[in-house]
Amino acid sequence: MDFGTVIDAALSQALGPQAIVFALAAIGLNIHFGYTGLLNFGQAGFMAVAGFGLAVSVVKLDLPFALAVVIGLLMSVILAFVLGVPTLRLRADYLAIATIATAEILRLVLGAVEFKDFFGGSNGLNGFVGPFQDLNPYGGPLDLGIVSWSRADLWSLTVGWVLVALSCLLVWSLMRSPWGRVLRSIREDEDAVRSLGKNVFGYKLQALILGGVFGGLAGLFHVLKQGSAVPTDFNTTFTFYAYAALLVGGAARVLGPVIGSILFWFLVAGLGSIFGQLTDGSGVDLPTWIMTDTQASLVRFIVLGLGLMLLMIFRPQGIFGDRREIAIDAR
Amino acid sequence: MRLRLAALVPLVMCLTVLGGLTSSALADETPSPQASASAGSSPSAGETAEPPDADFYVAVQLIDSSKKTATSPGEPVPGVKLTVTQGSGTAVGSGVTDAEGRVYIPLEMGGKYKVELDPKTLPDGVKLSGEAATTKNVSVILEGATNVQFQIGVVAEKGVGFGAELSQALFNGVKYGLIIALAGLGLSLVFGTTGLTNFAHGELITFGAIIGYVFNRGLGLPVIVAGVLAVVASAALGWAQDKGLWGPLRKRGTGLVAMMIVSIGLALLARSIFQYTFGGSTRTYSQYVAQGPHSVGPIDVADKEIVIMAVAIVVIAVTCISLATTRLGKSMRAVADNPALAASSGMRVDSVITAVWILGTALTGLAGFLYAVDKQVSFVMGFKILLLVFAAVTLGGLGTIWGAIIGSIVIGIVSEAGPVFGVPASIKDVGPLLVLILILLLRPQGILGKKQRIG
Repeated sequence: MDFGTVIDAALSQALGPQAIVFALAAIGLNIHFGYTGLLNFGQAGFMAVAGFGLAVSVVKLDLPFALAVVIGLLMSVILAFVLGVPTLRLRADYLAIATIATAEILRLVLGAVEFKDFFGGSNGLNGFVGPFQDLNPYGGPLDLGIVSWSRADLWSLTVGWVLVALSCLLVWSLMRSPWGRVLRSIREDEDAVRSLGKNVFGYKLQALILGGVFGGLAGLFHVLKQGSAVPTDFNTTFTFYAYAALLVGGAARVLGPVIGSILFWFLVAGLGSIFGQLTDGSGVDLPTWIMTDTQASLVRFIVLGLGLMLLMIFRPQGIFGDRREIAIDAR
Repeated sequence: MRLRLAALVPLVMCLTVLGGLTSSALADETPSPQASASAGSSPSAGETAEPPDADFYVAVQLIDSSKKTATSPGEPVPGVKLTVTQGSGTAVGSGVTDAEGRVYIPLEMGGKYKVELDPKTLPDGVKLSGEAATTKNVSVILEGATNVQFQIGVVAEKGVGFGAELSQALFNGVKYGLIIALAGLGLSLVFGTTGLTNFAHGELITFGAIIGYVFNRGLGLPVIVAGVLAVVASAALGWAQDKGLWGPLRKRGTGLVAMMIVSIGLALLARSIFQYTFGGSTRTYSQYVAQGPHSVGPIDVADKEIVIMAVAIVVIAVTCISLATTRLGKSMRAVADNPALAASSGMRVDSVITAVWILGTALTGLAGFLYAVDKQVSFVMGFKILLLVFAAVTLGGLGTIWGAIIGSIVIGIVSEAGPVFGVPASIKDVGPLLVLILILLLRPQGILGKKQRIG
């Protein structure tokens, strides 16, 4: 087994663009679930509307890139509004079911062959990253010995981590403001907050919109770093993985989602690489009746599922979280 | 803490044992990889091709539809040569149809191909119909079989009237709805008594179907026996689930939201284990796969569909009646209504909940098995209809029994009848989900739900 390869694969994923997408999505979920106690299981839907908002604006409507970014973010605000108004007055699991259903509707409609002319069908849309890549100041790829990235990735990384840092700063300052304290108290006891004369519904809606915008940012970044907007990228499992990342790091902590995403991808890519090497026919292999190379790629998901269960049972606050500050005992 | 971890072990063991069973079952099934690639050599009677081990392959089944009978869609056409070419006519594979009229041609990779049928090898008296095209263009995108069809002996169909189309859709909708109702009943029972929104419910559906496959194909039992055993195995899984996971979590006082996230983890775990052991392909049981339908009035009905619906109706009726009349049924409803009061009246709340898990999982497993008999088995089948089950249960009113049934039938019909009214077939699942969102908007407690439940 070549541990250098494993570390390389794990590190370049943990610090790579995919981890940034997860971090941004999980920062949004942190506002929803960690701070406000809202169960949004449709973060993939927020990402999808933003990503496709951008792609459709540029490719089909020929709008300028900057305007398209704004449109993408606006789409996620609208989605939060449409989802929030009917469901935020209901119990937590109703919001969960409504959001997951909406995300699936969006994925199905965006991928439908009937709307191929507008959304590109199951292949999605591409050809909108030109303006983004034109801004790339780097001259070539970067190789640090243990990790390496291509030139395009390097630019995505710079933009992405700056975005993540700014987002964390925003969340940090918002959550120590009076507004953030109201959100936390809604998570703890909605009725108490209501009796103090606060408009609980309004605050929840604001939280849903803010978290949705972070989801939208994640979606924008995803389509930009990938160069294409593909409907199947925005499936329900994505949201669940983002939850796993959030919970690993610790909900209701500013840096929880970021550390969580890094760790999540470190483990996923590391495990993938280890079991990939154990089945690639290089000598030190597992017998094929135990595991073939197609099965090897599934081990990480088995570990992931089991890990999510154990984490939620034994350490729901994650690595950095505070057990008293987590909404899991709610209702 | 250690104890709780120990409690998880039986569940994982249970799934792993299932895994072992499936893989050994599949080992028997493993086809000889190149069975179909024996190009040129005409297969002897009785020898049938098996899907190749390749990631990509083209599958063709030639059926002479002019000899269609009540029990079969037509007679297979053996001994026909098919060639797959790429680009400017380079042949990349060929094969000859076997006794079942089937041929599988393995390909190196996905891409655009041309499948050519050699009309000279067609038996006497068998002619291509439709536009009589001997080549078909095909793009191989997905791993597994890419099916190519050649029409033989098909009499041009007369346009079907809207009424006939609608009644066929309604029939299919009720059938689909009854299957969803069985699963929904399971979900609703568990939700009603424990308050858990179980995201792993889809995997319980898949479990029923896959364990049925293990008994049927792996151990060679008839489908009906396999079905009975699948329900028994599902009941056992329900018991194991409650004893090994949900029971200990309840005793710990884990919150409902935490349990919901645990169920997401469980769903991920179970689905990956299914995929690990069962593989990514879609398979069928050994019997009742392609039953020729009878025409009953304006609609086409296969025997198996009648049986599926009858079984579903009987099971649903028996469940509802026993929930209303038996002692256990009454205590289930009492626990659902107020666990604390039920406990203080001397009921053993925990064993009632265990009974609910057993009953709920068994019903759900049956739903999965029936769905697999109707369609096929795959590792994502339950995950794919999970949201429809949620929609059905929410529509009827979370936690109500009759609501779940009514909601399921409505969802089944909406899903199947949508295309008749012009909903594109590729997004027919959107209809039920829209119904779900609308009902949350207009009447969140559902059709039969009580208002206090929605909080």
